[in-house]
Amino acid sequence: MKLSNKTKVLEQGEMTLAERMYLPAIVGGMATTLKHFFSKPVTIRYPEQKRYLGPVYRGQHILKRDEAGAERCTACGLCAVACPAEAISMVAEERKAGEESLYREEKYAKVYEINMLRCIFCGLCEEACPKEAIFLRHDTMVPVFHQRDEVIWGKDKLVEKMDHRYLRDGWK
Amino acid sequence: MELINTVFIAKAIIVGIVFAITLGVAAYSTYFERKIAAFMQDRIGPDRAGPFGILQPLADAVKMFMKEDFIPANSNKWLFIAGPCLSMLTALMTSAVVPFGDTVTIGGATFDLQGIDVNIGILWVFGIVSLGVYGIMIGGWASNNKFALLGAIRAASQNISYELAMGMAIITILMITGSLSTKEIVEVQQNGHWNIFYQPLGFIIFIICAFAECNRTPFDLPECETELIGGYHTEYSSMKLGFYLFAEYINMFISGAVMATLYFGGYDYPGIDFVTQQFGSNVASFVGVGALIGKSLGFVFVFMWVRWTIPRFRYDQLMNLGWTGLIPLAMYNVVVTGFGILVGKPFMVSIAGLVLLIAALFVYDQLLVKKKIA
Amino acid sequence: MEISNIWYFLSALTLLSALMVILSKNPIHSVLYLVFTFFCISAHYVLLNAQFLMAVNIIVYAGAIMVLFLFVIMMFDLKKNIPESKSSLTKLAGSVVAGTLLVILIAIIRKNNIPGPVLEKFNSQTGMVENLGQVLYGEFLLPFELVSILFFVAMVGAVLLGKREAGERNF
Repeated sequence: MKLSNKTKVLEQGEMTLAERMYLPAIVGGMATTLKHFFSKPVTIRYPEQKRYLGPVYRGQHILKRDEAGAERCTACGLCAVACPAEAISMVAEERKAGEESLYREEKYAKVYEINMLRCIFCGLCEEACPKEAIFLRHDTMVPVFHQRDEVIWGKDKLVEKMDHRYLRDGWK
Repeated sequence: MELINTVFIAKAIIVGIVFAITLGVAAYSTYFERKIAAFMQDRIGPDRAGPFGILQPLADAVKMFMKEDFIPANSNKWLFIAGPCLSMLTALMTSAVVPFGDTVTIGGATFDLQGIDVNIGILWVFGIVSLGVYGIMIGGWASNNKFALLGAIRAASQNISYELAMGMAIITILMITGSLSTKEIVEVQQNGHWNIFYQPLGFIIFIICAFAECNRTPFDLPECETELIGGYHTEYSSMKLGFYLFAEYINMFISGAVMATLYFGGYDYPGIDFVTQQFGSNVASFVGVGALIGKSLGFVFVFMWVRWTIPRFRYDQLMNLGWTGLIPLAMYNVVVTGFGILVGKPFMVSIAGLVLLIAALFVYDQLLVKKKIA
Repeated sequence: MEISNIWYFLSALTLLSALMVILSKNPIHSVLYLVFTFFCISAHYVLLNAQFLMAVNIIVYAGAIMVLFLFVIMMFDLKKNIPESKSSLTKLAGSVVAGTLLVILIAIIRKNNIPGPVLEKFNSQTGMVENLGQVLYGEFLLPFELVSILFFVAMVGAVLLGKREAGERNF
């Protein structure tokens, strides 16, 4: 059955003399490799040189603050529910008077922990979050850890630093 | 006695230098093999150990020494150890007769820049090369491993098959030169009368056989990973494996030097008279040494270039090429060269012979080979 | 070192390795000892200043023929083919034959005074390629060519034996 007119029947006749002597083909192949010998390498030397991975890359987690610098997270627990790897755990606490500049909502996460050994970087927490608090940033990767106690990331590592804010292309 | 002592010391120094050069080149061949492979595949290659990765051979050597030296339980222990040693020994012995340069005069004494100038030089090379297969065979058999044995047997049959064509390619050189001594072969070629112009066909046969004798791609069937795991060195580890790999690189360099000696004028280079007049014959000789080593390294590059271009032969293709391709061609070449010497115009006759061969193949192809009707 | 000392040493080594060819139980070892014997013989050629013969001996015997020997022996399953101990009759017959041969050889050597080498006539250049070639292609041209024809016939025969016949399955 012919599905399209693109089929091309190859004629595999007897090899010609030049083909049977192999040497012309070998010389041709060697010319190709020599051409590549002088062409520019495509290697990116990774640890020193990093390529842009695109705006949708899912890298290190971050807990956003709002424009005024208050934490957005309200400890609703939706991210923890959405997490297929059960990597997120949190302890909620009520906001006291005078803490309005620190936490935007009346309830906040006193403890917010992500187990980086469990996390699969699927980004479902980001989608589940109603307060736009947790993001997987596209520009930074989770650094390599060597010790067990480096594995669980608490708020100290997760909350956005004010002097190093995270911005995505579409936000402004 | 005094004279013998001086000569002996001079020879010892020359042998030592040749030994050091050979080992150094072999060590850096591993680095350049990876570098060249990388460049041909648009990569960068090893660049972490030292600037541009030039300490990579050192790192590799340390790795090789640090690995566990394992001897299989049911292997033949002494032969298992003897295998890589023999490989290394035969690889290093070949360079004894390669003339690395013309004579050098220091303090009134004249030294030949050659290990030994025997009058059977090229036969020495041939004999040692034919012994090279013992290291592989003994190692492969002593491993008590089917794949190693298969690799060893492949190596043996391959080397014997290609030695014949190689010998016949050398015979034409001997017919032109009229001597077996490598020194004389080089001296006949001085001033640009390189044998490659008189023996293009012989050179092609010789270089193909050299590939086969060194077990390099496309003839690396004895150690092909896809079929035989590692071939004859499947069971080897640590520096014993290192010896096998090292011997291969030494063989590569030496066969490059032999090819330069036989076909590319040895230590001859354009402008040798000018250098001799301007700076004296000693400088000219040392430049000649550089020329020979440069030519050999050029061949090493060709070896690597081919390795990263051509895939491996199948076993029947290998045997077919050796027995029905190269040996008849080499015989034809002997006849043509003999005719050329008889007529007195070796250059013209060799070119005519090549043209005639291609024409005859073409006619045969047109008339007798049945074409499949498309 | 005296040259005769080297000769004694080499001869002892040759005889020893030749003996080991017969005495070693493992056929592979036998072959390797035989290769070593060829090397010792080549060294003797070097002592006689016959470099060409030395090289050819190594190339042809050590480099080609013994490789084929090794090749064939490696194909055997050595563990299965442990030779059953011969009967005492065979051993006796063997010793008698070998002893008789020894006696005959000694008798021949004693009977005919084989002349030793004449040192005055010795020419150190006899073994060189040029002289050997002159002798082979001059004085002994006919025998040389006849031998080459013999080899050619043998080669053709081998090819004929090795040729696969139509319809025959070899694998």
